[in-house]
Amino acid sequence: MSAATQETAVRTGAVTRVFIYGLLIVFALFYLMPLFVMLANSLKPLSEITGGNMMALPQAWTIEPWQKAWSSAQIGVEPTGLRPYFLNSILMVVPAVAISTIFGALNGYVLTKWRFRGDSILFGLLLFSCFIPFQIVLIPMAMILGKLGLAGSVPGLVMVHVVYGIGFTTLYYRNYYAAFPTELVRAAMIDGAGFFRIFWRIMLPVSGPITVVSVIWQFTNIWNDFLFGVSFGGQSQPMTAALNNLVQSSTGVKEYNVHFAGAILAALPTLLVYIVAGRYFVRGLMAGSVKG
Amino acid sequence: MAHGVPAADFRTRLQDWIPKLVLSPSLAAMLVFVYGFIGFTVYLSFTDSKMLPSYDWVGLENYSKLWGLSHWWTAITNLGIFAALYIVLCTGIGLALAIFLDQKIRGEGLLRPVYLYPMALSFIVTGTAWKWILDPGIGLENTMHLWGWESFHFDWIKNRDFAIYTVVIAAVWQTSGFVMAMFLAGLRGIDNEILKAAQIDGASNWKLYRRIVIPMLRPAFLSSFVILSHLAVKSYDLIIALTGGGPGRATELPATFMYSYTFTRNSMGIGAASAVIMLMTIAAIMTPYLYAELKEKS
Repeated sequence: MSAATQETAVRTGAVTRVFIYGLLIVFALFYLMPLFVMLANSLKPLSEITGGNMMALPQAWTIEPWQKAWSSAQIGVEPTGLRPYFLNSILMVVPAVAISTIFGALNGYVLTKWRFRGDSILFGLLLFSCFIPFQIVLIPMAMILGKLGLAGSVPGLVMVHVVYGIGFTTLYYRNYYAAFPTELVRAAMIDGAGFFRIFWRIMLPVSGPITVVSVIWQFTNIWNDFLFGVSFGGQSQPMTAALNNLVQSSTGVKEYNVHFAGAILAALPTLLVYIVAGRYFVRGLMAGSVKG
Repeated sequence: MAHGVPAADFRTRLQDWIPKLVLSPSLAAMLVFVYGFIGFTVYLSFTDSKMLPSYDWVGLENYSKLWGLSHWWTAITNLGIFAALYIVLCTGIGLALAIFLDQKIRGEGLLRPVYLYPMALSFIVTGTAWKWILDPGIGLENTMHLWGWESFHFDWIKNRDFAIYTVVIAAVWQTSGFVMAMFLAGLRGIDNEILKAAQIDGASNWKLYRRIVIPMLRPAFLSSFVILSHLAVKSYDLIIALTGGGPGRATELPATFMYSYTFTRNSMGIGAASAVIMLMTIAAIMTPYLYAELKEKS
């Protein structure tokens, strides 16, 4: 690989440096290419796509595919566009993220600062639940949601995402709070501060970084979820299920430009969150879960 | 003062209970929705459930039927190919990018988000994009022809023998940047003094990385292996969006198998049995890892 150099890890020969930069740029192009293709082709009229080059920029720019994807494309049987499903996703994701994060913070606080016999077994069970393949709960969940009258509704999806999100949020907060000095909590107890007071006054003010991680993680996972959405969404399908409907519809001409506009619409919220706060996410995640 | 003491006692006792009360809704939810449901699905896998759950015990019949189905063997074989390539490629690319990015690269702040953004996308979006790029008629092959490379041929997504590899391409595109971030964090955590000492001893770059740096990245290797392998077993969305399991059944995975047997082919018992096998696969990977992780921390 770097035969030209012998001195240091950071001091490399010119040839090696060119090689490294070249490789890094090639990979950057690899990661960017699909986004470019989607964006460029979502702004072309369909005639330019079917006869043309996917890598070419539009000759006649148009935002019509975007309008169509948003408000008039055929999703399933209704020509509603993706708009109502986008709204479903928002209505689902906001409460689900908030509730699972609050529970995660409280659980993490209990599991690190109010420890009791057997708490690590409970945590182990909770942790394992993060990684189960959801196929194992699909059948009973469908039955329970039906019995509760929550099948095919946004509240049903919120419940599902809260239940299966708590494991991860608890994991994040537990690892984060474990590093917080327990002496401070003890001192506050001796001063007579109670459970919630300590949480509110001591733990919460330092919880910013891990809350960013938890919120981004939950937001991305729940927004991007497809399996639960398509299984239990019914009349209230989220954006991912609707996008899949749009793209897979077998009737009529395949409107690739509309598909791409729809795909970007589905990706936009998580991309925005990532652009705004991604840096904090990686930083916080690394502090919390991977010991370097 | 005299009646202040019992009040304090009551308060202390209450304080003892509050943490457990706070934890209890989550634990109850976990016991019902995770472990209760697992138990129920395991039970169903021993019954003759068809379109609806039935409670007639049939023993291991569903499992013997399952392992007799060529459809299931296709799914299992595909999972083997997919998981192996996905894990190896993501780890290899992630590690290489992290090491190269760690060489005081100008523009690192620009490159890192470019490598990472795919992980913010839904697999449905990734599948939609790659389905098109890989389509020989309008995608990459067509582009190469238009650019003058007439003999360029790339129709894997339409080819039964190669379609599973297109799933690997799209999945690696989505996740390798995330693995890069894990390795980069590991690299940044290594003490520079160790590296300097090794350099003074005259170790070459290659040797330095192979003998010292990469072994020190063990925790990052382990975490990424666990994350990638459980993602591989759970892969469902990407298959649905990219190939729909086809051409034919060429890209079926256990997750798509389970869904179609349970909900569209009216063989809930067999579907449940396949879900149990998926769970056992993940448990075999996760349990030792979680055990070690918890033991170390407590």
